[in-house]
Amino acid sequence: MTIPPAPTPITAAPTPSTPATAGRGERPRLLGGSPRLAFVLRRLLRAAVSLAIVLVASFFLVHLVPGDPVRAALGPTVSPEAVEALRRSLGLDLPLGQQFANYVGGLFTGDLGVSVSSQRPVAATLAERLPTTLMLSVLSFLIAAVGAFPIGVATAVSARGGRRRAVDLGVSGFLGILIAIPNFLLAVLLISIFSVGLQAFPPAGWGQPSQVVLPVIALAIGPLAYLARIVHVEMLRVLDEPYITTARSKRLPGRVLYLRHALPNIVAASLTAGGVVLVGLVAGTVLIETVFVIPGIGSTIVSSITTKDYPLIQGVVLVYAVLVLVANLVIDLALAVLDPRSTIAEA
Amino acid sequence: MSELEFRAVSVRYGHGRAAQLAVDAADLVVRDGTTHGLVGESGSGKSTMARIAVGLTPVSGGSILLDGVDITDRAPASRLARRRVQMVFQDPFSALDPRMPIGSSIAEGLLATGRRSSRLDREARVHELLDRVHIDPRRAGESPSAFSGGQRQRITIARALAAEPAVLIADEITSALDVSVQGVVLNLLRELQQELHLTMLFISHNLAVVRYVSDEVSVMRAGRIVEHGGTETVLAHPEDPYTRELLRSVPVMGEPLELEDA
Amino acid sequence: MRTRFVRTLLTPQGVAVSIGVLVVIAATVFGPILFGDAASARDIASRQQGASLAHPFGTDELGRDLFARVVVATRVSVLLTLGATGISVLGGVLVGVIAAVLPSLARRAVNAFIDILLSFPWLLLALFFSVIWGTTATGAMLAVGFAGIPVFGRLVSTLASSVAGSDFVHAARILGSGPLRTATRHVLPNILPPLLVNMAVHASVTLLSFAALSFLGLGVQAPEYDWGRLLNEGSRRIYVDPMAAIGPGIAIVLTGVVFSLLGELFSERRRNAPLRAVRRRTRAETRAIPVVSDTEPVARASDLRVSFRTEDGGLVERVHGVTLSIDPGEVVGIVGESGSGKSVTAMAIAGLLGPDSLVESDELRFRGIDMTVEPTAAERRRLGLEQAMIFQDPLSSLNPSLSVGRQLREVSEIHGRVPRPAALKRAVDALNLVRIPDPERRLGQLPHEFSGGMRQRAMIAMGLMGSPRLIIADEPTTALDVTVQRQVLRALRDAQRSTGAAILLISHDIALVSGFCDRVIVMRDGRIVEELAADRLEDARHPYTRGLIACVPDMATNRALPLPVIPTDTAATAVAESPEVRT
Repeated sequence: MTIPPAPTPITAAPTPSTPATAGRGERPRLLGGSPRLAFVLRRLLRAAVSLAIVLVASFFLVHLVPGDPVRAALGPTVSPEAVEALRRSLGLDLPLGQQFANYVGGLFTGDLGVSVSSQRPVAATLAERLPTTLMLSVLSFLIAAVGAFPIGVATAVSARGGRRRAVDLGVSGFLGILIAIPNFLLAVLLISIFSVGLQAFPPAGWGQPSQVVLPVIALAIGPLAYLARIVHVEMLRVLDEPYITTARSKRLPGRVLYLRHALPNIVAASLTAGGVVLVGLVAGTVLIETVFVIPGIGSTIVSSITTKDYPLIQGVVLVYAVLVLVANLVIDLALAVLDPRSTIAEA
Repeated sequence: MSELEFRAVSVRYGHGRAAQLAVDAADLVVRDGTTHGLVGESGSGKSTMARIAVGLTPVSGGSILLDGVDITDRAPASRLARRRVQMVFQDPFSALDPRMPIGSSIAEGLLATGRRSSRLDREARVHELLDRVHIDPRRAGESPSAFSGGQRQRITIARALAAEPAVLIADEITSALDVSVQGVVLNLLRELQQELHLTMLFISHNLAVVRYVSDEVSVMRAGRIVEHGGTETVLAHPEDPYTRELLRSVPVMGEPLELEDA
Repeated sequence: MRTRFVRTLLTPQGVAVSIGVLVVIAATVFGPILFGDAASARDIASRQQGASLAHPFGTDELGRDLFARVVVATRVSVLLTLGATGISVLGGVLVGVIAAVLPSLARRAVNAFIDILLSFPWLLLALFFSVIWGTTATGAMLAVGFAGIPVFGRLVSTLASSVAGSDFVHAARILGSGPLRTATRHVLPNILPPLLVNMAVHASVTLLSFAALSFLGLGVQAPEYDWGRLLNEGSRRIYVDPMAAIGPGIAIVLTGVVFSLLGELFSERRRNAPLRAVRRRTRAETRAIPVVSDTEPVARASDLRVSFRTEDGGLVERVHGVTLSIDPGEVVGIVGESGSGKSVTAMAIAGLLGPDSLVESDELRFRGIDMTVEPTAAERRRLGLEQAMIFQDPLSSLNPSLSVGRQLREVSEIHGRVPRPAALKRAVDALNLVRIPDPERRLGQLPHEFSGGMRQRAMIAMGLMGSPRLIIADEPTTALDVTVQRQVLRALRDAQRSTGAAILLISHDIALVSGFCDRVIVMRDGRIVEELAADRLEDARHPYTRGLIACVPDMATNRALPLPVIPTDTAATAVAESPEVRT
C-alpha cells in the first residue's frame, strides 16, 4: 500500500498492486544488476565472514581451554622441562598476535602443525583421511536425495485432500520413527543384524566395497526420511495452492499437473532442507566412523579430543567447518540456478 | 480546537538509486470537527499518510502540525501531542492482541490520556465505551476470538476513543468487512461524529464510502495530492483527469457499466 | 483455554504422551531408589549374560543387571537434558532480547552472527565446546546447552519481530505504551506458547545429543553412566548380547519421541491437520459422450447441496439445495456476502471441489457432462477446452515457476492437440484480445513480472485458448483497484463477445454485478434468496436483496441519513418472514 508506482498515464497499463510487494519498499540491491548475481555475491561474502570467524575460533580454541593445555595434553607425570619444550615447539610461548600470524601464515602454506601424539604433520594425516569422510558423506547424501523425492511426492499425491488417510498416517509415522532413531543407534542395530546375525557384511573397517554398505545406510536413512517428509509436506502445501486449482480447472493430466506444475514449486524448500541434511551428514560421519572404525577425519576428531592432541583438534575442527561452509555454499548456488525467484524474494 | 495539518510532507523509503518517494510534498488540512476523506488506489501513499501522522513511519521532509505543534520530531512536547492523534487499522483481526481480553485492550487506550486512574474508574470507562460502540459491556472479559470482524472493528474504535483523541485516523477500516457490516461501522462513525464533535481523517479506496462520511476530500495518486476541496464540489466537478477516471470507474447500482474506453 | 488443554490431553495422542511423560518422570524420580541396588549389585557368576527373563537386557561384565542400569540412568540422562535445554533457552532468550533492543545496525550484525552459527550442525558446535570444557558430564551439558543457544536466539528474535510488527503492537505504541510495558503485556504472552512448544521438541534433540556425546566417550564418564554410555558399553558386546545395546537405545528413542510428541501436541499447527476425504466417486469408463445442442443451458444444477468435513469428523452442509441454470452466452452474476456459499456453488458447477467435500444433487451438468462422477478422458478434454476459471488473487492463481506463455499454450497443446507454433500464435492473439501490449515478449515472462491487472487479464486470455462455453469468474476484481477493475471487466466482456461463452460472475458487489450481468442471483447462507434481471433491481421483493442494495453507499446516497442495516443475526428464512428491512 505504500510504494508509489511510477507515474503513468491513466489510460495506460495498470500499475502494480500486489500485496506481496507492498509494504516497506525494496531494500537497495548490492549491485544495480541482476538480483541473482547480488544473491550469489551476498552468499560468498557470508561464507568469507564465516571462514574468518572459523579461523579465529579454531585458533583460540586452545587458548580457551581452562588451565594449561600443554600440561593437560602430557599428563601430570611429565617433567616441567618437557612441558616447556612442547610449549616452545607449539609456539605457545610467543605473544598472542605473533601466534595468530604464524597460525594463519601456516595455513596458507598447508602447515597445520604437528600432532602431539603421533608426531606426524597434521596436514598429512588429514589429507590421508579426508577422502574417506568425503566419500562416505557424498554417497549417503546422494542416496538420501535420490530416495527422498519419489517417496515424498508419491505419498503426498496419494494423500492429497485427506484421501487414503490410513496409508498417509502409516507412512508419516514410519518416516517419523526413522527420523527419531539416532544414526549411531541405527549403526549398532545394523551391525547386530547384518554382521553378527546374518554375517552378510563386515562390522568394521573401510576399503572393500562390502565395508561401505552398512555405514552408508546407517548415515543415509535418517536424512532420507527427513527429506522425504519435507518433500511430502511441501508437496501437500503446493497442491493446495490456487495455481494448482487453476491447473486442475484446465483438466491437465496428472503427470503434467504433478511434475510440471507442482514439482518446480517445491524446489526451493527442498533444497534448503537438503542443505540442512548435507551439513548434518557431514557431522554425522563423526559418529558413524567411530562405530564402524573407519579411518576418516570423524574418528580422528574423537580420538584427538580424548587424547587432548590440540594441534590435531585444531586441524580437524577447521576442516569440518570448511566442509560445512562449502556444503552451504553449494546449496546456495544450486538455489540461485534452480529457483531464481528465491533469490529475488530475499532481496 | 483541533486541527491536523500536513505541511509539504515527504516520505522516502530506501536509499540512493533504489529510493522511492511514497509521499511527495503532500499538503492536507483536517479542519476542527470535520471529516476529511483521503481517497486513492493501492500504492498511492494514502496509508503512509496515516502512519506518519501517528509516528509509525518517520517523515523525510516537511512537518505535521496538531494545533500548531509539530508532532514529527522527538521532543517530549511533540511526543505528548502525538498521542492525541489516534488510529483505527484496516485489519480488525491483527489489530487486537489475541491473548488479551478486549476490556484490557480498550483500557490500554486510557494510557494515552496521561491520567492515572483507579481500577474502578477504568472499568467504568471501558463499560461506557463498549456501550457507545454497541457491544454488550458484560463481554469485556472475553478474548477477541469470540467476536466477529465487524464487532472487532468497533472494539478497536472504542480503544481509539478511550485515548480521547483530538484527531482520529481511520485507515481503510471497512475494506476487510462485508457490505452489511460496513454499514454498521459507517453508521457508528456518523453517530460519533455528531455526538463527540470528532475530527477525523478517513482514508479509503472506496469513493462512495469516502463521499458518505466526509466533509472535504483529497485525492491522492503516486504520492501526490492531485485534487482537494469540499466533497460535493470535487465529486460533482472533478478538475483532475485522474479524479474523473476514478469517478467513472465506480459501478453504479442498476446501471450497465461503461467499459468501451477502459 | 483450559478446556482446550483438557480436550487435547484426551485425544489418543494426548493419552499416549501423558502416559509417556508420567513414565519418564517416575523413572527419573524413583528409578535410582527402586533399582539402585539391582543396578550396582555385582554378580560375577552371572556376568556377561544374554537377555533372559531374570535380566531382560542381560548383564554386564561385572554381572550387573542392565535393565536396572537403564532405569537408573534415566535420572542422569533426563536431568542433563533438562539442564542443557535450560541453558539453550535462557541463552537464546538473552541473545534474542539483546538483539531486539540493539540499534538496527548492531541488530543485523547479531542476527548475521546467529545465522552463521546456525549453519553449523549442533554436533560440531558441541564437540568444539567440549574441547574447552572437557569430557565430563558438566562439560557435555555446557557444550550441548551452548550449541543450542543460536537455535533459540533465532527463534526468539523471529517470534518477537513478528509480534512486534503486528497492528496491535503498533496500536499500543501509538497509545503511549512504553517498550517495557509493550514487551511484557503484548510480546511476551504471544511468544511464550510457541517457545514452550519448541522447548519440548528441542529437549528431544538435546537428549539425542547427549546420548551421542556419551556414546563417543566425550560425555558422562565412568563410574557414572547415562543411556549413551550404556549404549557405548553395550555396543562393544554386541556379539554376545544385542540387547545390551538395544536396551538403552530403546530408552533413548522412546524418551526422545515422548518429548517431541509433547511439543507437537500443543503446537498450533496441529489444528490445520488435513481432514478426512469424503468423496468416493464412481468412474464410468464407457459412457458415451453426450451430444449437446447449443440451445440447451451450458450448466445446470438442481437441488445442489455441498457439505464439508469438519475437524471433529462430522459433515456440515454449506450449500442447501441450489437450483440454477445458465443459458449459452448468458452473463449471470451471483452476489452474496462471505459465507453465503456463492464460491462453493461456483466451484461445484466447475467440478473443482476437493475430496474433503461432498456434492449431492438431483442434477449437475455442464453441457451434458455429468459433473457428479469422475469424468472420462474425452469428457476431461472437453471440460479443459470449454470451461475457463478466473480466481480472486491473480498472483497466486498463476503458477509462479512457469512462463505465462507456457501456461497459456498448455490447454491448446494438450487438449486441442495443436502444435506448438500454432498454440503460440493463438496465445499472442489471446493476449491481444485482452489488450496486453507486446504479447510476444510478455509470453516469455514469469507471472511476477506482470502487474496485478495484467495477471488477471492473462488468466482471461488463458480461458480463451480452448473454445470456452462457460467462463467462471470468482471475485475477479476484488483484489484490484477500481480503475484496473474496469480494464479487467472490459477484457472479460471482450472475451465473452468474441467467443459467445456464457459467464458466471461471483461477487460481493451488487452494483458491479448489476452493471455487468444480464441476470443476478442473490445468495445468503447457502441458499438462493432471489433471482432477478440486472436492469430490474428496483423490482427486488426479498427484504435481504433490498437491504443489500440499500446498505451500500453510492454516489447518490443521502449523507444526512444513516445507512440502512441488514439484521445480521437472523437467518435468511427469518429475513424472508420479516415484513420489511429497516430503512
